[in-house]
Formats: sequence, structure tokens, C-alpha cells
Amino acid sequence: MSRNTSRREFLLTAGGAAAGIGLASVIAVEPARATPATMQEAIRKVVGPARVNPGRVKLELPPLVENGNTVPLTVKVESPMTAADHVKALHLFNEKNPQPDVASFRFGPRAGRASVSTRIRLADTQTVIAVCELSDGSFWSASVNVVVTLAACLEDA
Amino acid sequence: MRGFRAAVCVVVLAASASAGEIPRAERRSGSDFMSRETRAMQDDDTANPGMLWVLEGESLWNKKTGDAGRACAECHGDARASMKGVAARHPAFDATRGRPVTLEQRVNVCRTERQKAPPLAYESRELLALTAYLARQSRGLPIDVATDQRTQPFLDAGRATFYRRQGQLNLACSQCHDDNWGRQLAGNVVPQAHPTGYPLYRLEWQSLGSLQRRLRNCLIGIRAEPYEYGAAELVDLELFLMWRARGMTFEAPAVRP
Amino acid sequence: MASALINAPPRAKRGEIIEIKTLISHPMETGYRRTQLGALVPRDIIRLFVCTYNGTEVFRAELHPAIAANPFIVFSTVATESGTLAFQWTGDRGFSETESVAITVD
Repeated sequence: MSRNTSRREFLLTAGGAAAGIGLASVIAVEPARATPATMQEAIRKVVGPARVNPGRVKLELPPLVENGNTVPLTVKVESPMTAADHVKALHLFNEKNPQPDVASFRFGPRAGRASVSTRIRLADTQTVIAVCELSDGSFWSASVNVVVTLAACLEDA
Repeated sequence: MRGFRAAVCVVVLAASASAGEIPRAERRSGSDFMSRETRAMQDDDTANPGMLWVLEGESLWNKKTGDAGRACAECHGDARASMKGVAARHPAFDATRGRPVTLEQRVNVCRTERQKAPPLAYESRELLALTAYLARQSRGLPIDVATDQRTQPFLDAGRATFYRRQGQLNLACSQCHDDNWGRQLAGNVVPQAHPTGYPLYRLEWQSLGSLQRRLRNCLIGIRAEPYEYGAAELVDLELFLMWRARGMTFEAPAVRP
Repeated sequence: MASALINAPPRAKRGEIIEIKTLISHPMETGYRRTQLGALVPRDIIRLFVCTYNGTEVFRAELHPAIAANPFIVFSTVATESGTLAFQWTGDRGFSETESVAITVD
């Protein structure tokens, strides 16, 4: 209930600046919520003890989205995708949704290209991280910060 | 905070004292106010979630139903030909009922009278699918609701609703959509409120929905009691909005934030 | 009910990398939403998407509630031979949906 009242308060605020200011304090907190720490834990679970190097992964997300329910995302890695040298998997994580995992995509040499597009949900302004696993056992990552704005007129009374 | 919000509210309303109707040449579809990504979602039929309903509508169009055991296709043939332009002309005057009816209501008239089937509930998956399929056949055509002395009183009633202050926030549709379009409201840009793409996939709903669902959302947003689906007030308002958008290109099924 | 939309080229040259777009109707209920009365709406999502090419798996996606409703997934595969591209979505409450398209490879 508090979530809806808070959102309604926004109706009276005319100004794009309001979107950035105070968003974190207004969004209702569900009891379970990912944090940067749980996100790192989720990444560890997938990656194991290996080091994750920044680079090689291109993560494309709009910097500002009109609605967090459907955020278009493309993630790709430049790779010859041969049997000897290919991307085995791409994993997506987030920082502030109730759960840190978003999706895992598995590839092989038959993929041709290590590239996936999909649509994700973001509950709040936050960082999205993509981690890729190469056939040589190395891990690489990229991150993007996305500002999520709220719809002005909601349905719930 | 409360004082600040009230002050801002007063500023908004004062500024909007009366900017008046949007000049015809300045009318823009809601898609012009969307991000590039959302526009891309709409423009690609292989990626537009609304197309899932269009596909289902196509199979319903061809499905025998009701005590008459009849499919829409049996009377109307290929919808691509027979239904071209129909959605862009609704709400349309229904002589039997003596008033304009929406596309949804027209579908239900056919169902009950010709197919001898029960009417489909408003916002039901089937009704959304059929209207999405029908609306798709008008894509690219200009909105063209007929207005004459029969529809005039209903058009006037719809216009009155558009300009009337309502709800606890005491706002009229015109104050946002005539006077403050293009400005921000809580991080979203206020569109001009032309129903160029209904039924549409609204990201906020994570589903396809009708114009009346959107109108009810707005009414709830200004803290007014929303009219029931199919209410005369909503049909008349739909007629007015389509008339206000006359000549604009129909783009259903659209995608909107 | 046509619940999935597949877009894949019907024809390709051997060795060509083709792009496949898939869209399926599903609410992807997160399990974190509440009804007006406060009750938790149970989780109901597609958990797995697999594409096989003449029976061999070429792509797999494991999905979580953070994937948006009506999941849209675009991926690539190499056109190796003529035959069938099959797609399967499985998830909570025994959800299982399959679609397939034919492909001719010259």
C-alpha cells in the first residue's frame, strides 16, 4: 500500500529532476531484496574461484528507461566461435531486484555469434552486470547503470 | 514536502489556465514521445508483443462459435479485405441502439446476435485478441470517425468530459493533454492523448489492453471514480478522442510505456 | 492459441549465421507481487528455453523472474543443413510449449 501512495505523491511533481531524486527512498522495499553484496555472491556461485576480468563483453541497455517492466537488452562478445575458441555462456545479474539472477545463456561453436537480445525487468535504478565464460576457462564482465523511471498514472486504486 | 508539492501543483494548474486545443498541424502520436527502444519494439512485427494477440485474434476469427456454429470469417470473409478501415472508424453510430458503439461492443453485437454466443467480457483475452486483429487491419490508415447530427450529442458529451475537472485532484484531461503535453510528469513525458494505436501493449500492464482500460487508469490517477467498462461516458469520450485525432495515422497494435 | 511467434529465415546458405527471434505469451509472474488484499501471487515463470537444430541443441537460456513478461529472446545459429529448428519452453506449473520451423539450406 505504501508503494502506491508514494507513487501517487509523484503525480503532483512536475519536473524530470524528480525522477532521479528520491527514487530510492520512495520505491517500496519488498522484504527480500538483492544488494550489491548478494549480486557478488550470485556471480561467485556461477564463476567459482576464478577471477572475473572487466572487458570483452558488450552490454547494451538504454541509460534511462520509461518503464522498468520491459527493458530491452543486448549482450554480445566478439569471438570466432570455433571449437577451439568460443563463448560458453553469458550470465546476467542485477543489483536491486528481489533476486540477483536474471538469465544464463549457453552457446557453442554452432551459435555463429555470441549475441543475445532479450527484455528484462528492473525494479529500480541500478547496475546490471554481464559475465561471460570463454572456452579457455576465463571470465569477463561488463556493467551498465540504468535509471528507471516510474509510470505517472497507475492502475491500482 | 507537502507544501512544496502543493505549490508545484498550483503552478502547474495556473500555467495551464487555458492553452486550448492543440492546433491540427501540431498533433503528434504518443509514439513520438517514446524512447527509441520502445518505438523499435512497436515497429517490428516480429518483436511487438501485441502481435501475440493479433495472431490469436486471427485464429478466433476463423473459429466456429456459438449456438449458430458460425465463424466471423463465414460472414466477413478475409478480414484483411473486409475489415480494412473498420477500427479507424470506431466508435461508430449503431442505428439499432441509437448511439455510437465501440469496436468491442460491435464485436459483441455480432457474437450475441449472429453467432448466438455469449458476449466476451471487457478486457478478456479473447476480446482483446479479436479487437487487436481487427485494429491491425486499419494500420496505416487515417483515423476517420464519422460525425453528423446523429453522433453530435455524443461527441459533445465526450468533449464535455474531456474538459471537465474530475476527481480528488480536480483535474481535467485537457489540463495535461492539451495544456501540458511534452512536459514531464514523474519521469514520463505527457503525451497528447490521441488513441492512435489501441488496443495496445502497455509496458506498465505487461499486457495488451483497450483504450477504456487506459482511460480508467487516468481516472484512477486523478483519484476519480472510474466509469465502468462500456459506460456511455467512456464511449462518448472515446468518440471525442478519436474525433480529436481525426486524420492521424492509425498504428495499432502500438506499444506504450 | 498461437502463443509463440518465431521469426527465422526459411532459407539460408550453408555456413551463414542466421538470427532467430522468438516471442512467447507468458505472464512471467515473479512471485513477489501482492494482490489488493495483500496475498502473495505465486511465482509462475518459464525457466528454460532450448533450441535444437535437427535434434542437436544449439542454444539454451535459463530464465529467472527478472525476464520480462512475454519473453523475447533473439539469438543466432549457423545454417548447417536443411531440416527443422525446434523450440521448447518449459517452466513452473508444468508449463511446456514447443514450436518448430523448417529451414532449407543450400
